[in-house]
Amino acid sequence: MREQGVDITPGTLFDAEEMVINMGPQHPSTHGVLRVILKLDGETVKDLDCDIGYLHRGVEKIAEHDTYAMITPYWDRLDYVAAVSNDLCYVGGVEKLLGIEVPRRAEYLRVALTELQRIASHLLWLGTHAIDIGAVTVLLYAFREREEILKIFEDFIGARLTAHAFRIGGLWWDAYPEFEKRVRDFLKILPGRIDEYETLLNANRIWLSRTVGIGVLPADEAINLSLTGPVLRGSGVKYDLRRAQPYSVYPEFDFEIPIGENGDTYDRYLVRMAEIRQSIIIIEQALDGLPEGPVMAKVPKVIKPPVGEVYFGIEAPKGEIGVYLVSDGTTKPYRMRIRPPAFINLQSLRRLSIGHLVADVVALIGTIDIVLGEVDR
Amino acid sequence: MPRVKSTADRRTLGEVIKRLLLFDLFKGLFLTFSYNWRALYEKRDGGNPNQAIYTEQYPLEAARVSERFRGAPRLNLDPESGQTLCIACDLCALACPVDCIEVGSIRREVREGEKVNKKKVLTTFIFDTSRCMFCNLCSEACPTDCLELTQSFELAVYHRSGFRWDREMLEKGIDYVRYSK
Ligand code: SF4
Ligand code: SF4
Repeated sequence: MREQGVDITPGTLFDAEEMVINMGPQHPSTHGVLRVILKLDGETVKDLDCDIGYLHRGVEKIAEHDTYAMITPYWDRLDYVAAVSNDLCYVGGVEKLLGIEVPRRAEYLRVALTELQRIASHLLWLGTHAIDIGAVTVLLYAFREREEILKIFEDFIGARLTAHAFRIGGLWWDAYPEFEKRVRDFLKILPGRIDEYETLLNANRIWLSRTVGIGVLPADEAINLSLTGPVLRGSGVKYDLRRAQPYSVYPEFDFEIPIGENGDTYDRYLVRMAEIRQSIIIIEQALDGLPEGPVMAKVPKVIKPPVGEVYFGIEAPKGEIGVYLVSDGTTKPYRMRIRPPAFINLQSLRRLSIGHLVADVVALIGTIDIVLGEVDR
Repeated sequence: MPRVKSTADRRTLGEVIKRLLLFDLFKGLFLTFSYNWRALYEKRDGGNPNQAIYTEQYPLEAARVSERFRGAPRLNLDPESGQTLCIACDLCALACPVDCIEVGSIRREVREGEKVNKKKVLTTFIFDTSRCMFCNLCSEACPTDCLELTQSFELAVYHRSGFRWDREMLEKGIDYVRYSK
């Protein structure tokens, strides 16, 4: 680092022990607008700091001026690659506040859509993570499968990315006639496709040397950093809100929670691939048990929850996303606080990176799976 | 407790020999080339999940848009009388999170059969498509199924003022691009 008043001569420049450089905010591997300030000794990372806030829109403040129904579309824009999961969190929170019982058919469809979204989010993560490390083909293959999911979403919800999937009290649309067949057809081909990704990556020596032993995070440290989601489970902690704090109809489904052993980048990759396979099992069960009936509960036209406060958290693809709502009895929330998974997981980047090379920082940002829309909110 | 396959499995003798023979490399290359081969010799086929070419040929062919897609707005007319269905109730404007709708109305005497009633009548309707996030809340709030988000999605214009759609444009809809395929 250049001290104030030190002249730069070839001598001072090249003898300097440490150098501070910026990675981002317009770096393709920072997944959005994240600025990482690196202190380097040669290629080795000595220290690291993240500068966030480039995408700050003040969603929590906006929510104080909007009615409860109006806030849902803003949630799509937090973690915009998993909009459906975000919607489930918010509408679940409002329903808990109102004490509304959602029809069972709506709950089953919600679970099916949310798990599809988890697959889509993990596929996007896989593609971008692989391309960061240098495997371009996987991106193309993963996007091909993700496209199928987005088409199912478009037919069901009416939008591909910023879905606005759920309404308070249920769903706006019931499933379209071929929905079940489309999803089943897709689930039939998906395991083979996951095998294809694993053919390309699992034993690939470049992939292995870039991920095995990189960014090892022991379980106790992961817990201390309050990490959630695949980053925590990759370190071997069996914590998943779908089991630990069941919501919706998850207790009725049979599925496993995959965990890693070593807590390195490779294990986090394996955990996410195993989660995709578990999601397939959940969706199949949801479609098998899909009850008949309405998809919308009786909800008053003007939503006016009683005075009170509520916290509702769900297991989003990236970890625990939660909403804390305070109602003062009017049509607008008094306060809405978002518990963002990626924002909290991002703080582990410093711990993971120190001692590794600059090129590994790219892999480590990828392995945490951040979306800046949600980090900055 | 299911544990994912991990590093220990990779240290067996068989794995080491495979690595020496570049097995991993050839497996990956074989997969990629099998796709290339199929892409060369197979036709694109919409319904087949094992097709090799996936890209939609959008500007050349009409894009696939689903029935529930939320795109360009439209104000529906009564199919019989040709009059607007809008009753100027302002509910859509109130439902919109980003205030992109402006409903203009006046109170006017309207003859209905024998009686003459004072009624709110729609005069102007402004819809700002540049701020709209196509969330469908306005259309869900509309009591008469007048405001609707349609399947048309080609909203690009040359000038910013083109984003403000007036009543005439909303009732008529934009000119659609015609695709030969
Ligand atoms: S679609 Fe949503 S953002 Fe657009 S005008 Fe309607 S309510 Fe407003
Ligand atoms: S809600 Fe429907 S009827 Fe009422 S002003 Fe809007 S478009 Fe017209």
